[in-house]
Amino acid sequence: MSKITLLEAVTQALAWELEHDDSVLVFGEDVGANGGVFRATDGLQKRFGANRVFDTPLAEAMIAGLCVGLSAQGMKPVGEMQFSGFMYPAVDQLVSHASRMRNRTRGRLSCPMVLRAPYGGGIHAPEQHSESMEALYAHVPGLRVVIPSSPRRAYGLLLAAMRDPDPVVFLEPKRIYRITKQEVSDDGQALPLDTCFVLREGGDVTLVSWGAMMNETLKAAAQLATQGVECEVIDVATVKPLDLETLVESVERTGRLVIIAEEPRSCGVGAEIAAAVAEKALYSLVAPIERVSGYDVIMPLSKLENNYLPSVSRIRKAILRTLEAER
Amino acid sequence: MKTKVRFEIGFEQILDPEGRVLTKRLPAFARDPDEMLHMYRVMTLTRAFDSRAIALQRTGKLGTYASCLGHEAAHVGTGAAMTETDVLAPSYREYGAQFWRGVKPEEVLLYWGGDERGSHFSGPVHDFAWCVPIATQTLYGAGAALAFKTREEKRAVVAMLGDGGTSEGAFYEAMNVAGVRQLPIVFVVVNNQWAISVPRSAQTRAETLAQKALAAGIPGVQVDGNDIIAVRKVVGEALQQARQGKGPTLVEALTYRLSDHTTADDARRYRSEDDVAQAQTLEPLGRTRKYLEALGIWDDTKEQALAAENKKIIEAAVKTYLNSPAPTVTDMFDYMYAELPDTLREQRKTAIEESAAHE
Repeated sequence: MSKITLLEAVTQALAWELEHDDSVLVFGEDVGANGGVFRATDGLQKRFGANRVFDTPLAEAMIAGLCVGLSAQGMKPVGEMQFSGFMYPAVDQLVSHASRMRNRTRGRLSCPMVLRAPYGGGIHAPEQHSESMEALYAHVPGLRVVIPSSPRRAYGLLLAAMRDPDPVVFLEPKRIYRITKQEVSDDGQALPLDTCFVLREGGDVTLVSWGAMMNETLKAAAQLATQGVECEVIDVATVKPLDLETLVESVERTGRLVIIAEEPRSCGVGAEIAAAVAEKALYSLVAPIERVSGYDVIMPLSKLENNYLPSVSRIRKAILRTLEAER
Repeated sequence: MKTKVRFEIGFEQILDPEGRVLTKRLPAFARDPDEMLHMYRVMTLTRAFDSRAIALQRTGKLGTYASCLGHEAAHVGTGAAMTETDVLAPSYREYGAQFWRGVKPEEVLLYWGGDERGSHFSGPVHDFAWCVPIATQTLYGAGAALAFKTREEKRAVVAMLGDGGTSEGAFYEAMNVAGVRQLPIVFVVVNNQWAISVPRSAQTRAETLAQKALAAGIPGVQVDGNDIIAVRKVVGEALQQARQGKGPTLVEALTYRLSDHTTADDARRYRSEDDVAQAQTLEPLGRTRKYLEALGIWDDTKEQALAAENKKIIEAAVKTYLNSPAPTVTDMFDYMYAELPDTLREQRKTAIEESAAHE
């Protein structure tokens, strides 16, 4: 077992599934000889041939359309969107077809496809490369939206996404593509979808996050632990459909909830979590729910992007506010 | 400046509006009485179905319905050109092609009657269902073609769209990728001259829609879309090329939408009765019948018998449709995902309780 990055875990999961399932195809812009602009498909074309790993013309709606048609006719396509900011033309195929194929044909046809996209801020990328629009996809009935936050979860969740019988939007937090390494055993073991992961147990406050913000969230929890505050930290991982059971159970114990997300605040996944917890566990809450999120502004270019992204200090302050309330 | 590229667009017509044969090289199927009668039967069934569906809508027994009046040769000819294992990616009015392939009239009625079970085809189980967002079917059609090519199956896809659909980006993207990867797909543009109220002339300055194929590096050809022999021949040849790995083709079938766009439309608002009357003289059923008569295999008695037979089939379908039990409220939840997520379980329960309260 070797230590690998989240990005390498993605490559490893793709390679495993290409190796073990003949119906898997991997394609997108620059994924062939170039191995993807982030190198997520590095070496795959050489290993599996240009019939299974290939470059497409530059058209995102078309990449998604190929996924819909391929999956409806028995293949397992994994399409890559070069950046999530270029993904909007593909939304038509996702909303109009992938998400509804099973339902509208009453199970006759379905779309077991994965559309991968690097997303989120923090790497000083050009305009329209850094947004965090998971709620856009999470709003669509029929889609699964999965966001890994560590190499191990990237490997296990991407395998699960490729084996899922329904369409999955797999958003990869590119800020943490390479920042941490973790031991990942390349054994083809998938992790469960639609399940939150409890990364740290604690009884004082529940911290809920996903994607790259898990790092800041865990840091805030570690810092507060030195002051005797025990935070429970939950990685949502599948932001649609939500594993409310795990979230609610935790809040019922801690009585406090802080939701940490990079996305714009309004109508976000965080808003859905806050609403659902209010519906199911309001009387367990001893403090108002706190949201630490991106602002409802256009994602700034690199000079201001760190002012947009929630910081450890913002998270810490929010946690402390919830602790002001007495049980 | 030197000329770099020149192009020509062919136009195929075999029967003139009087049903006279314009060529000495009739395709084999056109000389086969059984084949010709089969096509005529499906064309007439489609027309009779169309008028019955409109009547159902007018009497409140069907939702908004998109008529196919005048498209019978383009639609049935395309369906007849396909093999059973090919896959059809239609838009939303190609019932003629679908009837040929085994979609049942009651399934079409269920769909427009507001019941998803209409798209659960009992016949061509791999065919795509109707596609309302214009031209988006060309993209997943290309995906289906890529599946066949990858698995080295001798199958091809027909993606059908209208003249309006050729203005969509999806259409160009689909032709482009089909060209690059030499996909087994035939794009059939049924040019009926109208995209709801917008005439063909307002869609593009291009002289033909077929020539749009050339920018994607694939062949484009026009065919008289009211001539079922020409349609079946041209689409059939294109499909054969596709199945042999020789790549995609765009076929533009020229016809005319003799009806309103849908039952929610009133075409008198934007086009003259004279134009429609002129188009009526070119409609496809009459010329097919004349051809059959010239072959000596058709007459008034047979025509009347066929009309009675069609009526019987359609009335049986209407009866099945009208007697179909309403879908259960849980259906809208149970096909969302392969397995119902927990978050939907509660909503499903609410819907059941609400529906029980209404009863």
